Amino acid sequence: MSQNTGASTPEEERGREVLTAAEIDRALTRIAHEIVENTKGAQDLVLLGIPTRGVHLAARLADKLAQITSRPVDHLLGSLDVTMYRDDLRHQAARTPAPTVVPAAGIDARTVVLVDDVLYSGRTIRAALDALNDLGRPSVVRLAVLVDRGHRELPIRADHVGKNLPTAKGESVHVELTEMDGVDRVVIR
Amino acid sequence: MSASTLIRNARILGGDPQDLLITKGRIQEIGPGGTLSAPERATVVEAQGLVLLPGLVDPHTHLREPGREDAETVETGTRAAAKGGYTAVHAMANSLPVADTAGVVEQVWRLGRESGWVDVRPVGAVTVGLAGERLAELGAMAESRAGVRVFSDDGICVSDPVLMRRALEYVKAFDGVIAQHAQEPRLTEGAQMNEGVVSAELGLAGWPAVAEESIIARDVLLAQHVGSRLHVCHVSTAGSVEILRWAKARGVDVTAEVTPHHLLLTDELARDYDPVFKVNPPLRTAADVQALREAVADGTIDVIGTDHAPHPTEAKECEWAAAAMGMTGLETALPVVQHALVDTGLIQWEDVARIMSATPALIGRLPDQGRPIRAGEPAHLTLVDPAAKTVVNPESHATKGRNSPFRGLELPGRVMHVFYHGHPTVVDGELATPYEEASA
Amino acid sequence: MRHLLDTVNLSREDAIRILDVAETMGDVAGREVKKLPALRGRTVVNLFFEDSTRTRISFEAAAKRLSADVINFSAKGSSVSKGESLKDTAQTLQAMGADAVVIRHPASGAAQRLARTDWIDAAVVNAGDGTHAHPTQALLDALTLRRELAARDGVSPTGRGLDGARVVIVGDVVHSRVARSDVWLMHRLGARVTLVAPPTLLPVGVESWPCDVELDLDRALAAGPDAVMMLRVQAERMQSSFFPSVAEYSRRWGLDAPRLAVLPPQSIVMHPGPMNRGLEISAAAADSPRSRVLAQVANGVSVRMAVLYLVLSGANTPEGA
Repeated sequence: MSQNTGASTPEEERGREVLTAAEIDRALTRIAHEIVENTKGAQDLVLLGIPTRGVHLAARLADKLAQITSRPVDHLLGSLDVTMYRDDLRHQAARTPAPTVVPAAGIDARTVVLVDDVLYSGRTIRAALDALNDLGRPSVVRLAVLVDRGHRELPIRADHVGKNLPTAKGESVHVELTEMDGVDRVVIR
Repeated sequence: MSASTLIRNARILGGDPQDLLITKGRIQEIGPGGTLSAPERATVVEAQGLVLLPGLVDPHTHLREPGREDAETVETGTRAAAKGGYTAVHAMANSLPVADTAGVVEQVWRLGRESGWVDVRPVGAVTVGLAGERLAELGAMAESRAGVRVFSDDGICVSDPVLMRRALEYVKAFDGVIAQHAQEPRLTEGAQMNEGVVSAELGLAGWPAVAEESIIARDVLLAQHVGSRLHVCHVSTAGSVEILRWAKARGVDVTAEVTPHHLLLTDELARDYDPVFKVNPPLRTAADVQALREAVADGTIDVIGTDHAPHPTEAKECEWAAAAMGMTGLETALPVVQHALVDTGLIQWEDVARIMSATPALIGRLPDQGRPIRAGEPAHLTLVDPAAKTVVNPESHATKGRNSPFRGLELPGRVMHVFYHGHPTVVDGELATPYEEASA
Repeated sequence: MRHLLDTVNLSREDAIRILDVAETMGDVAGREVKKLPALRGRTVVNLFFEDSTRTRISFEAAAKRLSADVINFSAKGSSVSKGESLKDTAQTLQAMGADAVVIRHPASGAAQRLARTDWIDAAVVNAGDGTHAHPTQALLDALTLRRELAARDGVSPTGRGLDGARVVIVGDVVHSRVARSDVWLMHRLGARVTLVAPPTLLPVGVESWPCDVELDLDRALAAGPDAVMMLRVQAERMQSSFFPSVAEYSRRWGLDAPRLAVLPPQSIVMHPGPMNRGLEISAAAADSPRSRVLAQVANGVSVRMAVLYLVLSGANTPEGA
């Protein structure tokens, strides 16, 4: 990565790092504590990650919740695919849906925390709320995101935010996680 | 209309440039290029680079009239023939009503005379209504004004061996010939395309080569046994060629025909299920195409027959199984023959004259057609520009049929001028005027 | 994917994608709300020129689970012989605003004709054309087998093919659109397919297919296949001398109890339905624990959901398959 030819600077190529691995970990720890506080010790909690990176973030949150509460929480963890609920299916190339996994106890009358990597237009979360609606009736739905980059197009807000990140619309925010990308960091390109 | 035409510098049968003077429907004089001078009021055709052939004779055309005037009429079909370089066509008998009586063949003959684009020689049906049950009145058709000499149930095979034997024998009485559509009916029930690798994959019912070959084998043996002459229509397989070669070696009086499309196209074209490629007999394999070309080159196959089969658009704008069989061919025959046989070096222009004019005329007993190009002969002549290239556009054709399998293909050779009884029916590649007997 | 017409032109990549999407679609069947909104506002026409209640309701269920509007157009009897051509029917559907046409037709190539002409812009899904192709049946067969193999290996089926699997397909191959579609799809997914049939029921040209051909069923079964697919054999074929009698056919090429017993424990039995019990398949085989006939039916809905989703979502790219 040290050799660069052409006009672009190293920063433009690699992107500007806005969250380091340590900062990501601290943010998730903080969100985990907030969730425990809000749900009176993670009672009746269900964590649903939105594929793909939201699923990994949800798993990490589950680990932290287990540490904080000293109870296993794997059975509260699931994933929620929103592909079939998107409002742009006609305009985008067809996406392959990912599995939806709901904890055995279901989501009825529980506090569901949706977990995603980046909150942007809000359309993914709109789709997630519709998807949730077809699965059952939670008592409360909350939203946890690692990064909120603004530019909302729908009246949606996050309850737990790792970092608020002011961005220009032309920029793109990339969350990279060791599970998929071999490294933990958030960059803007 | 002028009384004489001087053709300058035409390459007769592809030879050196010669001048040729036509007067009163006949070739009056031939001399080395640039030596003949035009008489007063003569039309002069500059034929530099053009090949002069005897007017083409098609042994196998479907003019559809009477009965299917939506597909073609004698008028439109003969215009197409003239444009394709023909001066005579044999009109197949499968009209509605079938041409199985003197009345119908005379009607077709008369329509041809009135049209004036080419000689129309009706083919008589072998059996009543093409039903394959009893002989039609072959003698009456032979003696009619149409003077029928070729009899065929084309489209349907005379599959009954006894009936075929009798027909072969009977037509000897007036020097007729049976033109057989070789297709064993039981082996081809529901058949849609050549049986082989492609039909297996496409799930279209197969049409085995043996269905054609077994009938040809039977018929050449029958013809030999009763001492008759036999003509085999549209031969399509390598196996048929072998049988014909064997029969000719044994001295059987058999002639064989191949269509231009069987010299160029294969069953691979069925893969998109476009019924424009659906035809009877079906398109076969590349090996068959090669064998057919070689058979023309070595004389095993005697003539090119277009099997021009126009259909209305709706007969082809449908699923394969529902579509009609057949392709147009009159206006593409010569270009395809040049492309497949001449430009490949298999045959020369003099061979083209033989297979597309002289021998078809001989088989049909047309004394006036397919004659050598020399002084005193009738002026049925075609001038073709072998260097011209044309992309086939069926919409520009004179036939009513748009079902040309060559659509979009670039082919060499363009018919520039056609003389029928010395009268120019085609001038500069376009239809001119029909011949009128009174003007001759 | 613009259309689904056959499996000969379906890439391994696209096939696995369809199967993967079908896996996720299958989950919906287990939910209380068996519906996804993906195709809301889109119109799917089931254009059936042949009676096939099973296939039609499978496509109908698939389209409805994706929230599409479904129009059933039973066109049997309105073929060319009755005056209305396929072209006219297609243009009628175009005028009605069909987004996808699921076509079942007795003529081989009918789906291709719809897709390749300018009669209609809709996506075309072949639900069986003559003796040519039945791609969704082949896909559901592959889905059924893939799930079986994955369960045996204790892994997720997602992303996998059928590599190394051995499949025996038995019966009336020459008249079977299912066999044609299965052979190419399963071959492309890495399975080794063996066709078993009386020689009269094998097409001339089968030697060019990507499979083995065996005339003796017992020899094919002795090789221990992972799946045995029995094709429906119509008793009427006897009249055309394809085989001498039902009894002889069933004795030589039927899956009876003794033949069932020689199969390895993990082998499964499949049948595209409807079954002719006592002809190509015995009741013992049809009802045995090896039978996956009902799983095939369930998987049919998932596969058809996947196919409809893939041809109807996304900017329609130039034809891929």
